[in-house]
Amino acid sequence: MRRPRSILTYLLRRFAILLLSLLIAAVVLFVLLRLLPGDPANALLGVGATEAQIAAARTQVGSDQPLLTQFVSFVGNLARFDLGTSFVSKASVLGEIGNRLSVTVPLTILGFLLAIAIALPLGIIAAVKADRWYGAAISIVSQLGIAIPVFWLGILIVTIFAINLRLFPSGGFPLKGWTSFGEAAVALALPVLTVALVIAASLLRYVRSATQDVIGSDYIRTARALGSGFTEALLRHGVRNGAVPVISILGIELATTFLGAVVVEKVFALPGLGSMLLLAIQQRDYPNVQGVLFISTLLVLLIGFAADLLQRFIDPRLRGRAGAP
Amino acid sequence: MRAVAASAPRSRGSATLWLGLLLVGLHVAVALLTLVWTPYDPTALTGGRLAPPSWEHWAGTDRLGRDFFTQIMIGSRIALIVGISAVAIGGLIGVTLGVLAAFATRLLDDALAATLDILIAFPTLLIAMLVVAASDTASLGTAILALGIALSAIVARLTRILAKRVLLMDYITAARTSGTSRIGVVFQHVLPNIWPTLSVNFALQFGLAVIAEASLSYLGLGAPPPNASWGRLLQEAQGTVYTAPIGAIAPGIALVSLVIGVNLLADGLRDIGDPTRRASR
Repeated sequence: MRRPRSILTYLLRRFAILLLSLLIAAVVLFVLLRLLPGDPANALLGVGATEAQIAAARTQVGSDQPLLTQFVSFVGNLARFDLGTSFVSKASVLGEIGNRLSVTVPLTILGFLLAIAIALPLGIIAAVKADRWYGAAISIVSQLGIAIPVFWLGILIVTIFAINLRLFPSGGFPLKGWTSFGEAAVALALPVLTVALVIAASLLRYVRSATQDVIGSDYIRTARALGSGFTEALLRHGVRNGAVPVISILGIELATTFLGAVVVEKVFALPGLGSMLLLAIQQRDYPNVQGVLFISTLLVLLIGFAADLLQRFIDPRLRGRAGAP
Repeated sequence: MRAVAASAPRSRGSATLWLGLLLVGLHVAVALLTLVWTPYDPTALTGGRLAPPSWEHWAGTDRLGRDFFTQIMIGSRIALIVGISAVAIGGLIGVTLGVLAAFATRLLDDALAATLDILIAFPTLLIAMLVVAASDTASLGTAILALGIALSAIVARLTRILAKRVLLMDYITAARTSGTSRIGVVFQHVLPNIWPTLSVNFALQFGLAVIAEASLSYLGLGAPPPNASWGRLLQEAQGTVYTAPIGAIAPGIALVSLVIGVNLLADGLRDIGDPTRRASR
């Protein structure tokens, strides 16, 4: 038996794991960027550059240094959030990422919240009323939902709501961003709906199976034997128990949505983080690729960190355990 | 409630399996057919541009006047090739890594597990995008390799967990004491035991690969023409959705029917392999 750890020890341990994961991510990122074709210096130069120009560019990018030196300065720069400037636009990578996040973060979070609002009640109904036609119907629709690619759902939604009904714009984002608030909000309506439906379909399956586990559990039977009504037993004991597995899934889904925004942003021509990455890949703009990947990884790891803490807060049984993910 | 649920899904389970087999079989049949026959030459300009569906052109024609149904049929072949090859590559890399991690020292295993956890958080599509970026040219082979690598993280993670569970069993200790080598244990005990779960998972990965390939093609990072990927067909049709909505609908239906078919097949197989899951389905 391990002695129960204090919250502080747990936090420190979990934080150490977070830092370690970031270091691993930095190694992966470093290796990946070295695998990209050609010397990063080439991207700075046109065709027909002289040897001297190439050497100068290599010094500027640092690709003439030994790998270990490169790695140390790479990690040092990341730790100071010094992400450099774009090869193409010469703009600060961090500044550009900030602009792009003002589209992607609201898109992700609003889509995610709407998805929870859809999936939670429907998933519970699908489990509790599995023997009714609508319970089965919900399950079938969610089966359909996980087989639909995001971009096709987006195209269908554009066709229906933007082209046939003319209710919303089919794509784009106001140049002034959130300063033209109304326009920006309207521009995000269909993308948010698309994101929400996709997450809801997969989330619903987890909610349904978590609810099924709760319904079949001994503690619900005991509670009912002691005289609780079904709904009361479900609310008093089921919610907390069912929430634990669902929260870790929520963390993963949030991260996946954030990273998967690239497709939705392409369908609706939104200037988000995903379209920045796509453009950077096409233009071989390495500082932008690296910056987007680093910030994305950081956010994904932070989401995982938050989900773990929340899970522990809800389930006291986890508090005695080591915090390894 | 539990008892009722346990008896009913038996028929649903086999219905799931049969519907899955039917859908997948249809795509396989179409894909094989395209090897010897298609209604039109896929590159021939056979009709008016963006013609609506008719007896001659079941799904109309595209913006150049090529028969759309022919291209969708060829899309089945591309999707099956991509799905099978990507899962084969991902399975080979993933199972190898997973088994190695299960046998590795604690430190190495922890490091591998942490790396896999990070990779898992990234969608298959994103990893595949980066692999495509790392290669010089876009081709069908690149897309397959990229998807295979992306899937391998998911497979490795699952294999590691399953293999570790098997390695704890008494019969492994017995086999080791009686002189079976580590490699022998892997092939005689570990792989046969985890195979049923893995194979169901491979079916799901196939669906993931098909969707991810379509998305790659939609983003312009997939196989170039004349490979008629459903994703590229949809991307091209998006611009003309107002005049020819069928083009933005038909390839999507083909894609979804294949993915649902494989998912149902996986569900059906799991229900057969693991009777305890029947009650919870």
